[in-house]
Amino acid sequence: MFIKLTTFDLSLAAVLVVLLGVLSAYMKLGIAKQLYIAALRTTVQLLLIGLVLKNIFESTQPLFVLFICLIMISVAGWEILSRQKRKLKGWWGFGVSTGSLFVSSFLITVLSLFTVIQADPWYSPQYAIPLLGMLLGNTMTGIALGMDRLTQTAWQQRPVIEQRLMLGESADKAISDIRSEAMRAGMIPIINSMAAAGLVSLPGMMTGQILAGAEPVEAVKYQILIMFMISAGTGFGVISVLWLISKRLFDDRERLCFKRLLKQSGD
Amino acid sequence: MSFFNIQALTYLDCGPINLQIEASEIIGLNGSSGSGKSRLLRSLADLDEHTGNVSLQSVDQHSTKAHIWRSKVALLSAETYWWLDTVAAHFKNYPKQQATEFGFVNDVSAWQVSRLSSGEKQRLGLLRLLENNPDVLLLDEPTANLDPENAQLFEDFVTNYIYKHPACAIWVSHDVEQLKRISQRQYKMQNGLLVSETKEI
Repeated sequence: MFIKLTTFDLSLAAVLVVLLGVLSAYMKLGIAKQLYIAALRTTVQLLLIGLVLKNIFESTQPLFVLFICLIMISVAGWEILSRQKRKLKGWWGFGVSTGSLFVSSFLITVLSLFTVIQADPWYSPQYAIPLLGMLLGNTMTGIALGMDRLTQTAWQQRPVIEQRLMLGESADKAISDIRSEAMRAGMIPIINSMAAAGLVSLPGMMTGQILAGAEPVEAVKYQILIMFMISAGTGFGVISVLWLISKRLFDDRERLCFKRLLKQSGD
Repeated sequence: MSFFNIQALTYLDCGPINLQIEASEIIGLNGSSGSGKSRLLRSLADLDEHTGNVSLQSVDQHSTKAHIWRSKVALLSAETYWWLDTVAAHFKNYPKQQATEFGFVNDVSAWQVSRLSSGEKQRLGLLRLLENNPDVLLLDEPTANLDPENAQLFEDFVTNYIYKHPACAIWVSHDVEQLKRISQRQYKMQNGLLVSETKEI
């Protein structure tokens, strides 16, 4: 039933990634370096976690589990920041992204561990860590997209925002259209995957459980739970990020304050 | 206390600037490009950082909420921006009557914004600004894109509003003749300071 992959199988897939990089370099799309680094990271990171995951799952130390969770959240916050063309200066950038991940992913994970899954103990790492991981992985995509859209569009539409301020609109109103545009951008991935689930895509976790011999209906229930949590987490996360950043883009006299943004970065 | 009072205003490397303007009064302002005229208007509308005191009818700028201040002290920039599809969408109520008085023969309210000429945008930009019934008009080269006929219309329209409301205005222009025609006092921006070009009474 379980077909083992050989190094050759993986190399075949790696060749495709290399070809993509070459094509992108040829067409001057400027994504090759980032793509190669990400591919390398995925390989190294997954191999390493594969070695220790069993040990982590066997741990019953709540502090240890919390420690792992905090590392996951900070890394996700950092990754969000690295995808931004214009980020908030200083600790604000990291604070906003990590804080919103905390609200969206961590709290929702804790909530569902307590009330829905009710493992014994509730922080059992074999539930807590994959759950948080799935939430973080998805919400960080949404948050990164929403955040980037907000700051980029605000930057490009500076004259329009200032025109609206000149017409006596409040800062909140002047950026409202851009904010809802950014909200849409952040929510598209999860709305897509909810709409396509079962018809276009078979979610990995559910398929894995069924392949491993779980009752299909039980696996489906878990998947629905995850989907709902991801969409709620992404939504709350994007909303809090957009709210914080759009506040931060204006000073106390409702003037645009782009000096709080860093200059465009290469990533 | 004057209607509109500017005291020791400084911004960037300009100032201190002192100016008292009465109701129904238009101040003409010229000066070379980059002398800080636009920045002055932006500071008065509280769109740029500055120090000093600005007050309207004895109410201090910073004791008013910024967006309420801007609806009273209204800035018409040299270029106006339109972010929605149609003209009318940018207005609370499209002022058809006023638009006709302002030289619009056709009803442009349902037009796509992209159809407007720069001169039309400038005139509609003023109408849009006047919906807030501002007490102070800050006009940054408002007729630079208009032909002489429309420039005349624009001058008449603004002067009329200033007397009727009554409001006051600072009118920035490179056209010294125009400034003499419409304003009671003229100033020149020089080395970051206002220099009077009218004889003191």
